[in-house]
Amino acid sequence: MSKNTGPILKAIRLTKKVSSPEGELTILDNVSLEVPRGQTLAVVGSSGAGKSTLLALLAGLDEPTTGEVWLGESELTALDEDGRAALRNRQVGFVFQSFHLLPALTALENVLLPLELAGEADARGKAIETLRQVGLEARMSHYPRQLSGGEKQRVAIARAYVGAPQLLFADEPTGNLDRRTGEKIIELLFRLNAGTGTTLMLVTHDTNIAQRCQRRVGIEGGRLVLDETSAAA
Amino acid sequence: MSPLQLAWSTLLRNLRGGQLGVLLGALIVAVAALTSVGFFTDRVAKAVDREANVILAADLRLRATQDPGSLYLEQARAQGLTTAQAVTFPSVVVSGDASQLAAIHAVTSNYPLRGELRIAERLFGAESTRRDGPPPGEAWADPELLARLGLDTGVDLDVGTTTLRVTGVLQYRPDQAIGFVGLAPDLLINIGDLAATGLVQPGSRITWSLLFAGPVQAIDKFAAGLKDQLKPGQRLQTIGDSGEQIRSAIERAQSFLSLAALIAVLLAATAVAVAARRYAQTQVDGVALMKCLGASQGYVLRATLWELLLLGLAAGVVGSLLGFFAQAGIAWFVIDLIDGGLPAPGISPLFSGVITALAVLTGFALPSMLALRTVPPLRVLRHDAAPRPVSTLVSYLTAVGVVVALLVWLVGAGRLLLISVVGLSLGAALLSGAGWLLVLGLRPLRNAGGAAFRYGLANIARRRGESVAQIVAFGFGLAVLLLLSVIRTDLLDTWRTNLPADAPNHFIINVQPSEVAGVRAVFERNGLTPPDLAPLVRARITAVNGVAAQDVSATGEGRQLLRREANLTWADRLDPSNTLTAGEFWDPGTSRLEVSVEDDAARDMGLQLGDQLEFGVAGQTFAATVTSTRQVRWDSFRPNFYLLLTEAALREAPATFISGVYIPDANRQVLLELVRAFPTVSVIDLQSVLAQVRGVMDRAALAVQFVFLFTLLAGIVVLLATIQATREERRYEAAMLRTLGASRGLVFKGVLAEFVGLGALAGILATLVAMLMAYLLATDVFQLDYRPATWLWIGGPLLGTLLVGIAGVLATSKVVSHPPVAVLRAH
Ligand SMILES: Nc1ncnc2c1ncn2[C@@H]1O[C@H](COP(=O)(O)OP(=O)(O)OP(=O)(O)O)[C@@H](O)[C@H]1O
Ligand SMILES: [Mg+2]
Repeated sequence: MSKNTGPILKAIRLTKKVSSPEGELTILDNVSLEVPRGQTLAVVGSSGAGKSTLLALLAGLDEPTTGEVWLGESELTALDEDGRAALRNRQVGFVFQSFHLLPALTALENVLLPLELAGEADARGKAIETLRQVGLEARMSHYPRQLSGGEKQRVAIARAYVGAPQLLFADEPTGNLDRRTGEKIIELLFRLNAGTGTTLMLVTHDTNIAQRCQRRVGIEGGRLVLDETSAAA
Repeated sequence: MSPLQLAWSTLLRNLRGGQLGVLLGALIVAVAALTSVGFFTDRVAKAVDREANVILAADLRLRATQDPGSLYLEQARAQGLTTAQAVTFPSVVVSGDASQLAAIHAVTSNYPLRGELRIAERLFGAESTRRDGPPPGEAWADPELLARLGLDTGVDLDVGTTTLRVTGVLQYRPDQAIGFVGLAPDLLINIGDLAATGLVQPGSRITWSLLFAGPVQAIDKFAAGLKDQLKPGQRLQTIGDSGEQIRSAIERAQSFLSLAALIAVLLAATAVAVAARRYAQTQVDGVALMKCLGASQGYVLRATLWELLLLGLAAGVVGSLLGFFAQAGIAWFVIDLIDGGLPAPGISPLFSGVITALAVLTGFALPSMLALRTVPPLRVLRHDAAPRPVSTLVSYLTAVGVVVALLVWLVGAGRLLLISVVGLSLGAALLSGAGWLLVLGLRPLRNAGGAAFRYGLANIARRRGESVAQIVAFGFGLAVLLLLSVIRTDLLDTWRTNLPADAPNHFIINVQPSEVAGVRAVFERNGLTPPDLAPLVRARITAVNGVAAQDVSATGEGRQLLRREANLTWADRLDPSNTLTAGEFWDPGTSRLEVSVEDDAARDMGLQLGDQLEFGVAGQTFAATVTSTRQVRWDSFRPNFYLLLTEAALREAPATFISGVYIPDANRQVLLELVRAFPTVSVIDLQSVLAQVRGVMDRAALAVQFVFLFTLLAGIVVLLATIQATREERRYEAAMLRTLGASRGLVFKGVLAEFVGLGALAGILATLVAMLMAYLLATDVFQLDYRPATWLWIGGPLLGTLLVGIAGVLATSKVVSHPPVAVLRAH
């Protein structure tokens, strides 16, 4: 299904070091990774392994100590913060464990946000359509505090997909939800993904969820320890 | 979404959600305090100015012992001034077989030009105010005159060869302090009836007064022109002549009100700083998300600035409205005390209200809010990724800059500014230092007491920075509250009681040199101490160190002295109301030509010891050396002078003599005897001048009490802000402790111990700071001897403990009762 262009995401020898009271700490060690367009990929590993750190670097939320990140044709690591933000706005969507909706805005306004930041035309129509796709058209004018955890996450998913990103990062999207709701959320994520052909990178502890992805990458102690692709894909 | 739209919806949402309540409240309090005081002081100052002129019933008055004719009046009208006339003389009035000596005032119907008459229909009847004199054929009589005659209104009085109907009781006329007051009760008649009385005869003792009113510049110009035309027996009276005491009182009142206003603003600004820091913290997650979704730093910056601007506009408008209503309320309160009510306020305070809000936001909220732009987007994944902390130096410098700007705006760049800045900095430094000491001093205490006590103290130590900030904020708020109480009670009382009971209540002026001994003799005959009479010489300063006077640059009083005719005196000794501040006072009987200059005047003219002043007196000029400067207590109500010379310098100059005397009510016949014996001598009743000064003080006190309300409000906002700043943290901790098995009571006691500890220390520090500032103010601004009252020592710390303790209890009762599960899950 993938187009005949290069990988959507490329990490070259990513290393992240931080200073701590005990001295310098290497929390990501020489990680290289290529993700083809349209792939669904699970990042697994124990707590503190460096999964979120890798995600942050790949999404340009943070800068690596050494190494490069390429998003399509653009080198993310060569851009400044504002440059990376602009790129994220156009190409990247996010879903977080703790939803991260703006409490000041309604569900609709939250979904509108990335479109409005991009100055997009007919933002409203797109946002309403996306909210309909996640089954929340009736809750559009509700504020986050009026929504349940699952509903919040569905708003977050709508917000992530509304800009038709090429790449979607999800950091433990079901971590704050009960099992049943979590399953529904994963269903939704995969369903939308199948419809749009977005590349999905998912951090999870849940092996079931990991098994649903085409590819699994394992991280331990900041190093890549596993990289397997399902035959089924 | 444009940054403006985002700012708008964020503000609305946070307003509804309560995150902005304290911040907006603090801003509104600051604006309301300042605008209400602005509105009010403006109105009071206008009223006081007007009242000062009211003593003359005009802006300028010419007093003449001969009929001055109509020349001056025509000149004045040609220059656009309004004029009125009054002719005053004593005469016996008759009704039936009763007769009584009265002071007849024949006035034009537009009298008075300034101030109002108060007229009753009959004795003890209801008063009404009038801005015009009696119509022809009618007379208004002093109640005392009617009482002595045994009459009431409605009767006919024979005045000279005419008969007038008494139609009103004259309760008050604005210029009753000057003239024959106290000698005979007044009878006010229309000047049109004057000729018919037949009392105006050559040789009769009559005073002609011409009254002028108009814009200040026009009056100044006219007065200057008039001065050169004056004939013997004609004298110009301006408020400057009789109003030095009043002006001094007004200046103090103004300093005082400005001080009260800026204290409220500073307090509120403290609350704004605390609340803004907390508000910025609540916005960090949102900003991180916005950045994660693609917002640039510039976008965040613009949205933040819009947010502040909108907030400032809202607070400016709402606060100004509040300030307007508040001052209207207080004006309604004091309206009865002020003759003619207060002039209407302008709308300019609305503008200055918005400026105030924006200034306070810039100085106290902008630094924390600007830091938002540095929030790392990584925060969406790692909660400890924080924005670059605000540089303490930068935020302090901005705050200090704005405070100084506000101070200059409010009190001008004078001595009060210096004192305020020094006092505030010293207080803040002292409080911060002591805050650190407390935290350090807690260590040995940590092993004492129960678990709650230890928990409370541990909290203070652990949140070291916040604790110090809290102590500084609490302490500052308290210090200001205390200081204002001290000013309002102790300082004002000291000031008021400082006017001694036997302060002179009459001025005797216009005594010829040949009459001095005779005047003293009148007092002696009546068993009173004969007064010392000071010589008064009218002169001009013609040059300073050889430079012509009009070319010497000078400000304020110095300008007046250099440009106009000045009153000089000579003496061998310093009056007790004078204190030498530099140089040496001459030996009695010296033959040298020397001058001692009043401090402010010397400063305004830029004079140094050793400078040469050249005087022109009656066509002669001579030079005198400045050998000393003096401080003068103008409100001693003794005759005082800016320029005091040696007798050798003025011996040849034409002089009249003046004196301030205290005459008990029982001995008022002395005055009658005096004026009979020396017809050209004038007596001024200081009692009514004094009453007006007291009125001004009372008004100032009232206004300050009103401002004090805002300061109190600001203090409460500071408390709320500081407590709110740590509320979430406390809620979480309390939940943790309770989950770990601590009882509700224990948690409660722990928080209480913490707040009581903080409050006690803040109270002690506040007391010290308040006393220091009160001392500085008392000695430097109010020039009083001041000893702090004992209530301050006990009340200060107690108030701190109580206030902070209660606030802590109120804020923590919710924290403790919150179900721990809910808290922990939400976190
Ligand atoms: N800025 C930083 N400073 C110090 N330590 C850091 C920093 N960023 C990450 N770490 C550490 O690096 C390690 C990896 O963190 P990371 O958040 O990537 O783990 P994770 O795999 O996402 O774990 P979890 O499954 O618990 O979310 C952790 O030990 C973390 O404490
Ligand atoms: Mg993680």
